[in-house]
Order: sequence, then structure tokens, then C-alpha cells
Amino acid sequence: MKRRYSWSKMVWLFLGALYFLIPLLATLQFSLEEGGGQYGFGSYAYIFSDPMFWDSIWFSLKLSVGTIVISMVLVVPTVYWVHLRLPRLRPVLEFVSVLPLVVPPIVLIIGLLNLYRGAPAWFVGTPLILLFAYVMYALPYVYRSVDVGMQAIDIRTLTEAAQSLGAGWRTILLRVIVPNLRVAVLSGSFLTLAIIMGEYTMASLMLFTSFAVYIAYVGQMQTNPAAALTLISFAMTWIAILSLLSIGGGAGSDEVQIGSRG
Amino acid sequence: MAAPTSSGRKRPDRARSLTWLGMTPFFAFIGLFLLLPSVSLVVGAFQNEAGGFTLENVRNLFEAQFLGAFWNSIALSSLTAGLGVVFGGRLAYAALTEGTPRWVRPVITTFSGVAANFAGVPLAFAFIATLGTTGAVTQFLSAVVGLDLYDSGFSLFTFTGLAITYLYFQIPLMILVIAPAIDGLRREWREAASNLGASSSQYWRYVGLPILAPSLLGAAVLLFANAFAAYATPYALTVGHVNLVTVVIARSFTGDVLANPHQGYALGLGMIVVIAVSTLIYTLLQRQVARWTK
Repeated sequence: MKRRYSWSKMVWLFLGALYFLIPLLATLQFSLEEGGGQYGFGSYAYIFSDPMFWDSIWFSLKLSVGTIVISMVLVVPTVYWVHLRLPRLRPVLEFVSVLPLVVPPIVLIIGLLNLYRGAPAWFVGTPLILLFAYVMYALPYVYRSVDVGMQAIDIRTLTEAAQSLGAGWRTILLRVIVPNLRVAVLSGSFLTLAIIMGEYTMASLMLFTSFAVYIAYVGQMQTNPAAALTLISFAMTWIAILSLLSIGGGAGSDEVQIGSRG
Repeated sequence: MAAPTSSGRKRPDRARSLTWLGMTPFFAFIGLFLLLPSVSLVVGAFQNEAGGFTLENVRNLFEAQFLGAFWNSIALSSLTAGLGVVFGGRLAYAALTEGTPRWVRPVITTFSGVAANFAGVPLAFAFIATLGTTGAVTQFLSAVVGLDLYDSGFSLFTFTGLAITYLYFQIPLMILVIAPAIDGLRREWREAASNLGASSSQYWRYVGLPILAPSLLGAAVLLFANAFAAYATPYALTVGHVNLVTVVIARSFTGDVLANPHQGYALGLGMIVVIAVSTLIYTLLQRQVARWTK
């Protein structure tokens, strides 16, 4: 049976497509311009041969992985414990996990810098504060995906079965609960990756050259390589979100990808 | 697990305290890296350079310069939240309900996931390439239509330009958060309404919008807070020429001449208050809405 199309809906979608695709196409054109009406991949070659590009990507990638690991170590056992033993505490946990949305990133970072001003250099002079700030920043999204995943499995039965076989808490968490949460943990991780790889505000205020800080730095002087970097960054976000969707498929995959940053 | 214990009365108490002990790492982390920094910010807002108590920083917030920044930020966030709700809602409705090709839904959902996360510096550059002085659309309009945008008063590096750019992440965010509610609109309701003789606008006025109201309200607050907290996009786009609270805060820490951290803490405190108040208004309105829909 042929579907009937609604003209007004098609018009809305067409206008939406124009608004969302034109900036990408314009950026693509900019990134390929080589002056004098010539087009080529010079800007991309320039970017890929710049050691600062690789350094900044490596820096942001390390922080993303660190953020994901710390977030999961912190959130998975806590959410598990609350679901299993302290269900009354769930609303509290939910409330606490959205608190970072009330404190904008720029406010969080100046608060952290003020609080730990007198701390030893191994803490203040390294990206550690930035890492912990990122964990806070990612918390609402990580919590949400883990909570959705935890609800979908029968943790009580799994726990009792494991205990009756003589498993300790560590074994239960690592070998029973986490494998069952695979999808939730992975989707939370990819979302965190997408958010942290593009984070500018906190890294720039702490004077670290994250990937986004590098893009801004290039953009101050060279517009065409900056356009190339913009598309590279867009492609990276795209890959992270596609990975998230391809593993998600099931419950909650529409919801866990909600994250935004300005 | 609940086997009766013969080891005396102390056991349940200890089990309970052990249960609570499991929560310590999480709450300790929140305390150290979210709550204490916020407290230190509030304390810093009421201190002068020497560390003594003062109300001056907070009083300064009501001076034209800072009040203007708050006004700009609130106006920009409200405007883009409103437009984001309208356009995002309309697009989500078009993409998720019947009447459009089947492939539209997954494409729009995926793209929204990407675009909602594609903000900040790269987004600013994408719009400079589009609507900047030598942007593709700017050049196209002047070459083909003969319209010179920048001569006719438009500039990307202003409030209007920021609003156009913000919508690139506001609309997708709206699509993502409203999707579950739109999926919840049942086709039978629409059919029942039209069987009873209701027009399309009557359906929306008396059925569709009241059902969606709580979700729309929640989405509006989320979009407002999202735009209000934005720093990278406005900074990269206007290099601080448009006075927004986040930009002024950054300047009070990095500006050589204007550096005044304690004023920055007071501004940060102001931001938290604005977001808290908008959340409070949301809660109150939510209660009203709940009363209507009963």
C-alpha cells in the first residue's frame, strides 16, 4: 500500500534540511578552497601534518577515556547498590545526578579552581581537576543510561543466583552485572566521548590545549584549515553517535543520546 | 540472605550502616567536586581581594554592565528556547508521525543526536563559513539576488547572529527530548476528534497541546538552561563582543586589565540563581498543568 504524504510535513522537513545542511556544505566548500578559484585537499593535509593536531586529539582522547572509566566505576556500583538495597534512595540519586545541569561548566570550573587553589602541584598543575570536572559534567548522561540499563535487568535474581554459587561482591559486579549492562555502559561511554572530545569551556579556562581549544586557536589565523577541522570534528561526533545507536537498538537508545553543550 | 541471626541485636544495625557505606564513594565525589566548589564560589562572591567580607561584588551585579549581560543572556536563551520548542516540535512531529517517508525518522533521530552534541567552536566556524562576511550564503545572496546582507544591517556577530547559530543545537535537542511524548500521541485520538467534527486546530487546542504541555514545558526549561550555560559558541563567534554572562565571567579571570575573580564568583552565583529560579517556575507551572489535565 502506498503511503500518503502530507505536504505541510514535507515542507517543514525540507526547510529543516536546508537549515541544517547548508552550513555543513558551506564549511565543506571553505575547507576545500585553496585560493584563486582552486580547490583541493591542502587544508586537510596541513591539519594532518600539524603535530599540535595530534597532540590535542590525544589529550582530549585520554581525558575522555579517563572520564568514562571514573564515571562508570563511580556510577555502576552505586546505581546497582541503590536498586538492590536502598530503593528509597533512588529519587535522591536521580536528583543529585542532574545537579550538574544547574551549575554551568564555566561556573563549576571557577569554583573548583577557587576551592583547590592551595592544593599541591601534582593535583593543581595537572589535568586532574579538569578530569574530575568532566566526570561531573558527564554525570547526568552516564547516570541516565546506567539507570535505564539497570532497570531492564532483574538484578535481584542475578545477585541471588551468583551468591548461592559463592560469588563475592566484586565477582558479582564485574562478571554478572556489568556484562548484562553492556549496552547501557557502552552507550553512556560513546555519549561521554562525544561530549568530552568537543569540550572547550573548562579546558580553555584551565589553559589546556584540548581538541576544541586547538580548533579555536587555528581559527584565529587560518580560516580554511579551521573549516577542515570543523568537518573533522563533526565526523568524530557522528562516529560516536552512530556507534551509540548501532549498539543501542533496544530500550532507551533514543533517550540516552540527549546531551548538548554550547 | 535474610537468615535469622543468633549473634545478637547488633547485627541489623551494622548491616544497615554497611549498606549505607556503599554510597560513600559516590556522595564523597559529588561533595568534593560539585558541592564544595559551589560553596567556595558562594563564599568567594562575598569576599574582597584581601579575603574580608563584602557585599560589593553582589551589589555590582545590579550595575548596568553586569545587569546588561544577564539581560542579554536571558533574552537570548528565552528566544532560542522558544523558537527551538516551536521549530523542533514541528519538525519532530513531521518526522515521527505518518505522512512522511519511512526513512525520515531514523535519519532525523540520528542527525539530531549528532547536531545536539555538535556545538561550540566548530559550530561557530560552520556559521562563519555560511553567513560570515565572506560566507557562502552571504556571497550567494549578493551575487544571485543582489542582496548585500551586511549592508542591509545584518551581522552574524551580533545577538541575531547568535540566535540563528544557537538554533543549530537547540532544535535538535528539542527533537530528542520531545520524541517520546510525540510517540505517545495516539492516532485514535486524532481520528476520534475528527469523527466528532473537530477541525485540526480544535484538535490541537483541546487535545494535542494539553497532552503535550508538561513535556513542552520541561523541554523549554532544558533548552533555556542549555543556552544560558553556553560559552564556547558565543566566544568563538563574537570574540566577546556580545555581552553575555558566561563571556563576562571568563573575562574576569583571563582579562589582564579586567581580571577580578571575586566579581566572577558573584556572576557565577547569579547564574546558579537564574537557573534555580527557572527550575522553580517550571515546577510551579507543572503543578498548574497537572491540574488542567486532570
